[in-house]
Order: sequence, then structure tokens, then C-alpha cells
Amino acid sequence: MDGFLTLLYKEVLRFWKVSFQTVAAPILTALLFLLIFSHVLERHVRVYENVSYTSFLVPGLVMMSLLQNAFANSSSSLIQSKVTGNIIFMLLPPISYAQFFAAFVLAAIARGIVVGLGVLLATLWLVDLSWRAPLWIAAFALLGGAIMGALGVIAGIWAEKFDQLAAFQNFIIVPLTFLSGVFYSIHSLPPFWQQVSHFNPIFYMIDGFRYGFFGVSDVPPLLSLGVVAACFVVLTVFTLWLLRIGYRLRA
Amino acid sequence: MHPAIRIDGVTKRFGNVQALDGIDLEIAKGEFFGLLGPNGAGKTTLISALAGLVRPDAGRLAVMGHDVVAEYRAARRQLGVVPQELVFDPFFTVRESLEIQSGYFGIRDNAAWIDEILENLDLTAKADINMRQLSGGMKRRVLVAQALVHRPPVIVLDEPTAGVDVELRQGLWAFIRRLNRDGHTIVLTTHYLEEAESLCGRIAMLKQGRIVALDTTRNLLRRFSGHTLRLRLAPGHVLPDTLRARASAEAEGSRLFNLANCDEIEGILAGLRDAGCRIDDIEVGKPDLEEVFLRVMERG
Repeated sequence: MDGFLTLLYKEVLRFWKVSFQTVAAPILTALLFLLIFSHVLERHVRVYENVSYTSFLVPGLVMMSLLQNAFANSSSSLIQSKVTGNIIFMLLPPISYAQFFAAFVLAAIARGIVVGLGVLLATLWLVDLSWRAPLWIAAFALLGGAIMGALGVIAGIWAEKFDQLAAFQNFIIVPLTFLSGVFYSIHSLPPFWQQVSHFNPIFYMIDGFRYGFFGVSDVPPLLSLGVVAACFVVLTVFTLWLLRIGYRLRA
Repeated sequence: MHPAIRIDGVTKRFGNVQALDGIDLEIAKGEFFGLLGPNGAGKTTLISALAGLVRPDAGRLAVMGHDVVAEYRAARRQLGVVPQELVFDPFFTVRESLEIQSGYFGIRDNAAWIDEILENLDLTAKADINMRQLSGGMKRRVLVAQALVHRPPVIVLDEPTAGVDVELRQGLWAFIRRLNRDGHTIVLTTHYLEEAESLCGRIAMLKQGRIVALDTTRNLLRRFSGHTLRLRLAPGHVLPDTLRARASAEAEGSRLFNLANCDEIEGILAGLRDAGCRIDDIEVGKPDLEEVFLRVMERG
């Protein structure tokens, strides 16, 4: 248990030591998105009744920042450790692969939530948010962070070079998050793209998270929770299997 | 009683390379053991298999009686490994690195032992400095410290003195010798054969994934090396016929005699004296592990 707690502590300390880069920078990026999109679209787009576009945008940006940073935390830590070779310090001790997984995922959730909270606090003065279902907010934040943390572990294990990880991030994670309904409701899309969006698990994370604020969503929140929970289970099983066989970690 | 390390029939193949080819080895508790071999002989692969970093294709390895696969957690608690590569985590100071490493092994309050290790490795003044700011030699010391934080009974050092200055090397060996005297089992790989000769009680030599020699250092020296007598005669003087067949010619007119024992020196000198030969230079060579190594590798 102590090995797990130490690994978790080390992973949290790692991002906290460079919080200007890992926390402040993504908060600034989210604020810039909010300022630009709200300035351009506030008067032209209304997604839900009685909800301004800027208010609609904030939960999406919070969740997008949370997800991207959760992924970045576990993936960047692993690839750095692999490339520099210091991953050996985590592989030599008696830490089980389940503990290894849990520590990386929990640290990813921690960074995601710190960044998400930062975006939320920085935008609260700009918008009038309601908090219809806080438990749904917490559930989607935790599960979303866990899913992206697990994906980060997979990417970090798979990638052998920084550019492979960058490709994973730029060609998979970023498109999935940007095309998940952060900036729009999928009802505004043509029917084909609406259908395509339903295959994007991040859409359900954003939609369910947003439901917690406004009490309205594109699909029923229970369906979103089911999809997100199923994704988490599948990714957890897959990642644990990778760790158990030592894929690209133990020759 | 379990040996410190037991290796039974271990094989490992990487693509077309047979890195380990049926290694059987037993290292007793308290030994100072040397693992020697040329680059690519399989030393690091064997150590990695012991540490669980490499999974063997066949065979079993155990540390202090614990199988490194089936009982990997117990086995890893018994083992401290100093890796060959100079690796470090750039986010942390020396002390943080050691505290984190202690925590990985389930040790919470380890400050007293960490202080002792830091002092013994002459790192106390660097304790609160970030790892990035240390020199190569200092980083090497921290690697040694990290391997020792959990007081493992078995310590494996993979080329610990590569690129390290003489002062640190001597300090490091004094510390490791002390750990050995205190009962720790030490396994060492090194390319500095004089280090292995002076430190190791027993040595295994590896070549292409196989053990080609395994014996006490003394026996290896006796079997594959011996005393030599090197001499150069004054200009115009030649070896008498009785000695010529026994000597091999060397550079600058020197002649080398391989001796079965030191008593032979007296007979050689008597032969020279009787023949009226004058000696310009004479040197007695001791048995040396480098010669043993070269002969074993040629033979193996």
C-alpha cells in the first residue's frame, strides 16, 4: 500500500512542481477559448432555452481541460520516464501492476480536477452558472479523468518516442475532445455527424457533465454515465493486461 | 538454507540474439561475486532477469529463496540494483529521490538510514540539490544510494564505477566492502578486472549467454594465469640453449618465462649466471585476472 501511495504522491508532486506549465497554462488556454468564442458567438448561438452561449460553453471547456490534462499527466510522465530511463525506479520496487495503474490514473484525475477547477473559478465571474445536479458533475469529472488517465497510461506505454506520443495526442485525443460538443450541441449538426458523434465517448463525458449544471443534455445522463462507465471498465481491463504482460516496460 | 541467488536453466532470446543460453548459477549468502564478460555477453540481461525487468523464456530465478516471478514482491524487497545507465528523475532533489525510493519499498520513516547512506557516499552536501545539477559521478553515487534505501540483503552493481574518478571509486568500494562484511551479498559486473580481482571471492565469466568459467578468484588465477619472469639481456648476450626453448620473445629484445611457481626463478637465474649472461632489466609478474579473462574468452 505504501508503494502505491508513494507513487501517487510522486506523480502529483511531479506536476505540482511545474504547475506554471501543467496548471496555469491550460487554464489560460481555456480562458482564451472562452473569450474568443463567447465574443464571436454569444449573440448568434443559443443552444438551450434560458442558457446563454457563454454559460453553455463553460462546463464544456472545464471538462475539455480536465480531460486533456488528465491524459497529458499520465502519458507525459510515462514517456519521460521511459525515454530518460528512470522508469527503472518504479519497476524495481515491489509495486503491483494494479497499484501502478491506480497511482497513475489517480494522479491524472488529480491534475485534471485541479485544472478543471481552475478554469471553473477563473470563469465564474464571467457567467451565471446553475448547479442542478452536483453529483453528476462529480461523477463525470472523476470518470472522465480516470478514462483519460488510463488512455494516457496506454499511450505512455505504447509510445517509444516523444513524437509518437504527440501523434497519439494530436490525431486522437485533440480531435475527439474538440468534436465532442464542447463548443456546440450535436443537435446543431447534420444527421450524419450527429450519428458519428454518438461513437465518440468524450461526447458523453461532456454532455453528462453539462447536465449536472443545467439539468438538460443532448442524450439522457444515465445513458452517458453507462457509456462512460463501460469505457472505463474496458480501458482498465486493457491497461491492466498491458501492465501484467509488461508490454514495452519489461522485455 | 536458501542461497542468496539461485538461477536454474535461464534462457532469453531477443530476435536472433540468444542473450542467455541456459544459465545455472548459485550465489551463497554473504559472497562478493563477480560477473564478467565482454559487451553483449548477457551480464546485464541476467541482472535484469533477476530484477524482473526482463522475463526469461525458460528457467527460474530466485532471490533469497523467493521466485522473481511467482513471488516478485518478496524477491524485489531482497534485491537492490544499481543500473548501468546513468538515470535520474530531473524533478526531484537527491533527498526527495531517496525518500520516494524508500516509499516505493513501503518504508515511511527512513531519514536516519538515508542520512547514513548520504554520508557514506559523500553526498550530504548535495542532499537538497536537484538531480539535474549533479555531475556524472555524483549521479552515480545517488544510484548506489537508491539501491540501498531499503537495506536489501542482496546488492547487484552493474558497472558501478564506469566513468567514475579514482577517489569516488575507492570510497565506493570501501562502503560496499563494509556492507559485504555486514552480511550483504554483493554481485558485481565490471570491465575493470583489477577491481573484480581485488574484491570478488568468486567469479563467473559469461560469453554469448553462457557461463564459460566459474570458480573462486584464486583458483581461476591459478588455473589460467601464473607468475612470469620478464628479462632483457645486455647487448651481445644471448640466452643459453637450455633456457631458449622455455622463453618467448617480446618487444625490445625482452624474453618472457611463464612460471609454474616462483621457485623456477632461481633455476633460470642460475642458468644465466653459468652461461655468463649479463641482465639489463628484470621483472617478476604476478598472476592477473586480465590474462585469465583473455584465455577463458579465447577458449570459450
